[in-house]
Amino acid sequence: MSAAATTTASTYLTFTLGDEDYALEIGKVREVLDYTTITKVPRMPAFLRGVINLRGNVLPVIDLRLKLGMPAAERTVDTCIVTVVIDIDDEETQLGALTDSVKEVVELDPEQISPPPKIGTSIRNDFIIGMGHQDERFIIILDIDKVLSTDELDLVRGSESSEAAASSRSTTEAAAPAAAVS
Amino acid sequence: MIDQHREAFREEAFELLAELETALMELEESPEDIDLVGRVFRAMHTIKGSGAMFGFEDVAAFTHNVETTYDHIRNGELRVSKEVVDGSLAACDQIRRMVTGDPRDEDEEERILAVFQRLLATAGGKIATAATPPPAAAAATAAATHPGNDDGSLTTYRIRFVPEPQLFATGTNPLLLLDELRGFGPAAVTAQQGRVPRLEDLQPEQCCLFWDIIVTTARDAVSIRDVFLFVEDDCELKIEVIDNDARADDDLDYRRLGEILLARGDVTAADLARAIDSQKRVGEILVETGTADRRLVESALAEQEHIRQQRMTRQAKAETASIRVAAEKLDVLVDLVGELVTIQASLSRTALTRGDADLLTISEEVERLTAELRDNTMGIRMLPIGTTFSKFKRLVRDLANELGKDVVLTTDGGETELDKTVIERLNDPLVHIIRNSIDHGIEHPAVRKAAGKPGPGTVHLTAEHSGTSVVVRITDDGAGLDPAVIRAKAVEKGIIAADADLDPAEILSLICAPGFSTAKAVTDVSGRGVGMDVVKRGVESLRGTLDISSTPGQGTTVTLKLPLTLAIIDGLLVRVGTAFYVLPLAVVEECIELSQAEMDRDNRRRMVNLRGEIVPYIMLRELFRIAEEAPPIQQAAIVDVDDSRVGFVVDEVIGSHQTVIKTLSRIYRTAREFSGATILADGSVALILDVHGLHASALQADRRRETHSTVDRP
Repeated sequence: MSAAATTTASTYLTFTLGDEDYALEIGKVREVLDYTTITKVPRMPAFLRGVINLRGNVLPVIDLRLKLGMPAAERTVDTCIVTVVIDIDDEETQLGALTDSVKEVVELDPEQISPPPKIGTSIRNDFIIGMGHQDERFIIILDIDKVLSTDELDLVRGSESSEAAASSRSTTEAAAPAAAVS
Repeated sequence: MIDQHREAFREEAFELLAELETALMELEESPEDIDLVGRVFRAMHTIKGSGAMFGFEDVAAFTHNVETTYDHIRNGELRVSKEVVDGSLAACDQIRRMVTGDPRDEDEEERILAVFQRLLATAGGKIATAATPPPAAAAATAAATHPGNDDGSLTTYRIRFVPEPQLFATGTNPLLLLDELRGFGPAAVTAQQGRVPRLEDLQPEQCCLFWDIIVTTARDAVSIRDVFLFVEDDCELKIEVIDNDARADDDLDYRRLGEILLARGDVTAADLARAIDSQKRVGEILVETGTADRRLVESALAEQEHIRQQRMTRQAKAETASIRVAAEKLDVLVDLVGELVTIQASLSRTALTRGDADLLTISEEVERLTAELRDNTMGIRMLPIGTTFSKFKRLVRDLANELGKDVVLTTDGGETELDKTVIERLNDPLVHIIRNSIDHGIEHPAVRKAAGKPGPGTVHLTAEHSGTSVVVRITDDGAGLDPAVIRAKAVEKGIIAADADLDPAEILSLICAPGFSTAKAVTDVSGRGVGMDVVKRGVESLRGTLDISSTPGQGTTVTLKLPLTLAIIDGLLVRVGTAFYVLPLAVVEECIELSQAEMDRDNRRRMVNLRGEIVPYIMLRELFRIAEEAPPIQQAAIVDVDDSRVGFVVDEVIGSHQTVIKTLSRIYRTAREFSGATILADGSVALILDVHGLHASALQADRRRETHSTVDRP
């Protein structure tokens, strides 16, 4: 699975969170959606932003910023929802990941990708498949299955169930556009 | 094409095997019942016959001896013994393997065949020799010599044979063909001369005649067509079935003359009507001649009409008793209806805002139709739960044998209908629960006797409707659950603290905790410690609940409460702040208004006096931490939660809403407050509230608040 182990170039979708560039293997990505009204699911961790209507189906949306420990951001015209397919408990699950903006589809040769650094990254080391190099820029290739794995979800659920976490959640929600019905 | 047939055979075979198993279980209880023997024989026979037809020769060959055995039983030459039933059940398993295409267990097949061979041998010398031809050969001949109705029933065909005038040029003598047909059975041949021209135009080397043949035979249409094989290209051939034994008409009269001519295409409907009109009815003649009073004739006509109606409905019933539809097609239909319901909601909304009276009328009509369509579609998916129940008989029997226990399974309410998805997904949880009952619950016969209980233990399965739910109970009269043992075990496994303060119900619910198992020995059956937590998860994934009650020494009851359907429900749309939620309408008893003043007066008690009854209420705004200011007058939906009334306070109750249930992603599986989501008319998403989960969360929140604020309590 590791990108460094493959010999041919792989294709990635790049996007930004804050000042940094991130990438997902294109095989994990289904489509890119414009931001739409998100219905919040109460009493859930803040990074589980809620659900949206995707052509008649209900799609959960995850705030990647919050999941990766960054502060929440205001919504802009560039805000996008990238729908990805991940395995949860061996079942294929589709969900949306909220990103600041989507950039492009790039091809990276194996030699353009180095293994995740031991220190110095802003996010957890084991969430990273590798670091892509492109035009003097670094692209963090995310292991989205790992980021959204069951353990991760359960862990957060456990730690955030306290009242303190809940109040911080309501402030982040207040910053987010009112997710509701007109 | 072939694959499609094989697939159809597979499906049919699975049904037949299920029927076979049920019949066998009943046969074991009443071995003398000749009807049951007949059922078993017929099921075996059909499996063998269709197996050979669709290329499952192994199935046909294997089934042959088993079938023969039942034939002898049917003839009273053999008796139903445990050996026969055991062998037959084992044979069922083997047939199932062959049909599914699983690797075959040849040793087991040999063993089973040996059992039946021996059984057949004891049935008497003369039969034994006749009954043991090489099975494969027997099956092959069975398939080859019965191209027609292999049960020997007779069918009447109408054949119209219209040869091309050049027929004689090929050297064919049509009379030989007709003679061959006569050999099939009683036949009536009529030569038709309608094509014969006037004498001066007649070409003697041309065939101008054609024939109508009515023949009653046990052969099938293909054999008849074969007679005309060599002239098929030079003639017009029409073969129709006009009567057969299976058509159990007790009425001797065949169709009337006009109808027959019409069916043959010899006259048109208009011609016939004209002819009939020009003829006076018997009734009219009788009245005219004064032989009978008009009233008498009218009453006789009424009687005639009545009987005709009766027959028509009876026929309609017989013809459309059931059809087989692929499950996926049904799922697609339900999805489509779901989408229709969503679109219809948006139509109604648009019509309302436009204020166009015509549009409104149409939209209301569409709404009515949609609701009907929805109910009917959901109805199609409803199946009686009994099919699942009968499967468990086998399970119980095998398990009891394996564990050396004596267990009887009794069932009640098998006719209770449930959505097919619910039934399918209920299977595994029920298997686990029944296994647990037999393995852990029911004691060995000796222990039972010592406890003064009847020797055979009982597992009782019941199903019944309760509002929009179905309640399934699994009751055993075994040893029951010992709270002390469970507690000790839970402490040992680290599930609870040694000093945890738990009431008896909470202790019982510990057996559903992951990693909990009280079985001393890990048996093949249960005791791997995955049982009850898997069961609980399974039931919850169906939006159901699981309760356990037990009396030590008396037995245990597991109660499952399941929703009728997983697709579409009637909901009550409510609003809190800017968010919309749906409550299942079936649990809502009434809606009331609550003013802020009232709530302030009640202070922290959160109770409302409802016609003398004190009803606690839950503030959704608070539970969901919704920031906006509450309106001065709020509304509360009074809801039935586990037989007690609870109010859910919302900003506004909007109204009923046909709710197409969309499952929340697995990511939200811990969100017990919500059972799903639905798309509203404007395309936004509303969450469906789970009243049980909400109630539990509210109780927890209350408890937490109490422990935090004991100081300022009055």
